[in-house]
Amino acid sequence: MAHRLSHLDTLASEAIHIIREVVAEFERPALLFSGGKDSAVLLHLATKACWPQRVPFPIVHVDTGHNFPEVIEYRDQQVSKLEVRLVVGSVQEDIDRGSIVEQPVPGATRNRLQTFTLLRVLEENRYDAVFGGGRRDEEKARAKERVFSLRDEFGQWDPRAQRPELWDLYNTRHRPGEHFRVFPLSNWTELDIWQYVDEQKLELPHIYFAHRRTVFRRTGMLLAIGPWTQPRDGVASEQPFETTVRYRTVGDMTCTAAVESTASTPAEIIVETAATRVSERGATRADDRFSDAAMEDRKREGYF
Amino acid sequence: MELLRFATGGSVDDGKSTLIGRLLYDSKQIFQDQLEAVQRTSVARGDEYVNLALLTDGLRAEREQGITIDVAYRYFSTPRRRFIIADTPGHTQHTRNMVTGCSTADLVLLLIDARAGATEQTRRHAMIASLLGIRHLVLCVNKMDLVGYSKQRFEEIRDEFIGFSERLQVYDLTCIPISALAGDNVVERSTEMPWYGGLSLLEHLETVHIASDRNLIDFRFPVQLVIRPISSEHHDFRGYAGNIASGVLEVGDEVVALPSGFASHVVNIDGPDGPLQEAFPPQAVVVRLEDDIDISRGDMLCRPNNRPIVGQDVSAMVCWMAERPLREGSTFAIKHTTRWARARVRSLQYRLDVNALHRDSRAAELELNDIGRIHLRTTAPLFYDEYRDNRQTGSFVLVDEQTNATVAAGMLRRPTF
Repeated sequence: MAHRLSHLDTLASEAIHIIREVVAEFERPALLFSGGKDSAVLLHLATKACWPQRVPFPIVHVDTGHNFPEVIEYRDQQVSKLEVRLVVGSVQEDIDRGSIVEQPVPGATRNRLQTFTLLRVLEENRYDAVFGGGRRDEEKARAKERVFSLRDEFGQWDPRAQRPELWDLYNTRHRPGEHFRVFPLSNWTELDIWQYVDEQKLELPHIYFAHRRTVFRRTGMLLAIGPWTQPRDGVASEQPFETTVRYRTVGDMTCTAAVESTASTPAEIIVETAATRVSERGATRADDRFSDAAMEDRKREGYF
Repeated sequence: MELLRFATGGSVDDGKSTLIGRLLYDSKQIFQDQLEAVQRTSVARGDEYVNLALLTDGLRAEREQGITIDVAYRYFSTPRRRFIIADTPGHTQHTRNMVTGCSTADLVLLLIDARAGATEQTRRHAMIASLLGIRHLVLCVNKMDLVGYSKQRFEEIRDEFIGFSERLQVYDLTCIPISALAGDNVVERSTEMPWYGGLSLLEHLETVHIASDRNLIDFRFPVQLVIRPISSEHHDFRGYAGNIASGVLEVGDEVVALPSGFASHVVNIDGPDGPLQEAFPPQAVVVRLEDDIDISRGDMLCRPNNRPIVGQDVSAMVCWMAERPLREGSTFAIKHTTRWARARVRSLQYRLDVNALHRDSRAAELELNDIGRIHLRTTAPLFYDEYRDNRQTGSFVLVDEQTNATVAAGMLRRPTF
C-alpha cells in the first residue's frame, strides 16, 4: 500500500520516538532488562533508535537469584554482542546484608523483594529515566499508566496524580530525586511482540520455545522442578511428570509457570497465542493472582 | 494490517465500559481468566449480570466507586484491523482525559443513552472531538433495548445530534442504534432492529477510511536528535533523527533547515530496518544531508517552497487542565514538536461556552476543564502549522514551571493579530 505503515511498523516507529526522546531529554537513562521477550524487543528497538551508535545507556538486571540459567546466558550474550554496559542488582546480596528479609518458607517468591533492590540500584546510580518493557494489555492497572510515568523520590507511583499525556508531546520535567519509568511498548500486545520477534528474527532465551521438562502441578499451574521449587511431600496432586512445555514469561523461577505447548518457533507461538484463552499473566504468574489489585499495589510501591 | 485508534466519550451511565467489554468479549479478546475475575467480582458486588465494565476499570478506587477515573487503553484486533481504544471517563471533572484520549485518536465513538438523549456531556465531548481535529465521529445510541428498539426514538436522537453537529467541524458522522448489554449491532447486526440497514459498530470500525486523514503534502521533519557517533568507524557520520511529522521525503530532495534557512539535499534516509528511498509519517528515520549545516534538536526540516508558519506571537485554542486557573500574564514552559521554550499568556481572547458554543469574551480566566482562545508570546520562534492542517506541528502542551504539571493542551491557529 502506498505510504501506509503496517501496525507493527507504526508501533516500532512510536517506540523509537519515545526512546530518542529520553536520550535527548534525560541525563542518566537506563534500561531494565530481564532477559524476557519484552525487554529483548525493547533493547532491539533501542539499538535501532541509537543507530549507528551503540546504545549509550546501561542495562539494569535485577537478579532475584532464582533465575533460569538459560536467561542469564542469554543476557550475557546480548551484552557482549551489543557492547552495552550491564548493571546487576542482586536481591541475594540485599538479603545477605540484612536490608530485606525473606519469608521463612523454602522456595518463597522473591518477586516483591525485588522492588527494594530495584529502587536501591536506581538511587545509587541516580538514574533519571528507566525504560521498562511493560505493556498496557498485560494488566488492568498497567492499562492506565502513562508512557512517561513519574515516580516520586521514594520510587512510588500515584495513579491518581498522573499528568495528562497528549499527542506525542512528553512532559519530561521532574524534580531532583524523582525519576520516570518509560514504557515504549505501552501499546504493544503479546501478539505484536511475537510478530515482531518473528519479523525481525530476534533471538530469545530457549525456554520460550517447546522443550521437555519435568514439572508438577500446583494451584492449576505447571511449575518446573528446580532448586527452589519442589513438589510438597505427601501432596498427591503434585506428582512430577515430564512433558513438553514452554514459558510465556520469564521471571523468578519460583513463581513463573510453564504452559504445555509444542510451539517451537515464533510463528507457531503466534498461532497458539492467537487461539489462547488465558492471559499471559493469569497463566503463568502466581504473583498476580493474590487480588484484583495485586499489580496496582506493587506498582505503587515502585515495582516495575 | 492497519491500526485504528479511537476514543470513547459520553455521559457517566451511558454504558461505555460495558460497550468496550462487549467489543472485547464478542471479538474474543477477553481471556478466560480475566472474565472469571470479572464474574467473581460481579457476584461479590451483587451485580445482576456479569458486569463487563469491570474489565476496563483498572484501579481500586474505580471499582469501589463504580466509575472510570482515568483513561484506560485497551487493545483488540480482527482479521481486518488492529485497534487501540482510549476509554475515557464521562465525569465533567475528568474532561481533560477526553482531550487526552482524543489527541491520539483517528475516530471518536460517542455513546448516548436512548432514554435520555444527548446530554450536556455528549455535546461537550463532540465539541472536544471536533476541536481536536477528529475526522470521524460515530454516535452510538445505546440501550435501545430499553426503548423497545424504537426506530422513532433513534431518529429523534440522531436528527437532534445532526442539528447540533452542523456547528462543529465534523467530516464524517455515522449513527448506529445499539444495545451494548444485549450485544445488538455491536459485532453482529441486530435482529431486533430490522429497520436499521447500516453496518454494525465493529463492521464500521473495520472499514472506515482513515488513510486520507494524514497530511502527505506538507513535508515537516522536527529534528529530535543529532546523531554523531564518536568512533572511527563512523567518523564523518552526521544524521538527524526523528519522525516524519507530515509529507513525504525522498532521497535527493532539496530541504531547508529552520531557523537557519540553509538549504541542502537529502543523501540518505535510514528507517528502523535499513535504508529507504522515501519516508512518510509516522516513520522514525535518520536523515543525512549533502552539506554540513548547523542543525540541532528542535530545528525543523521542510521544503524551500512549502514552509511552516514561523513566529513568537501565536494564537491557540487551549484546554485548561489544572486546578489553578489560567490568567493573563502567567508564564509557562511550552513543548512544541521537539522543542521546549517558555511562553507568556499575553491575552485571553475568550472562553468557549461548550454548551451554547458561545464565546464569552469577558472571561478573566480559564478554570479546570475550560476551553478558550489565548495569545502567547514565546521566548523562541515556533515552526508550526494550523492544527487543523497538521496535528503534529499544530499541537503543544504547557507545563507549570513550579510543579512540572502538564496544565494545558494547545491547538495552534493562524494568528489574527
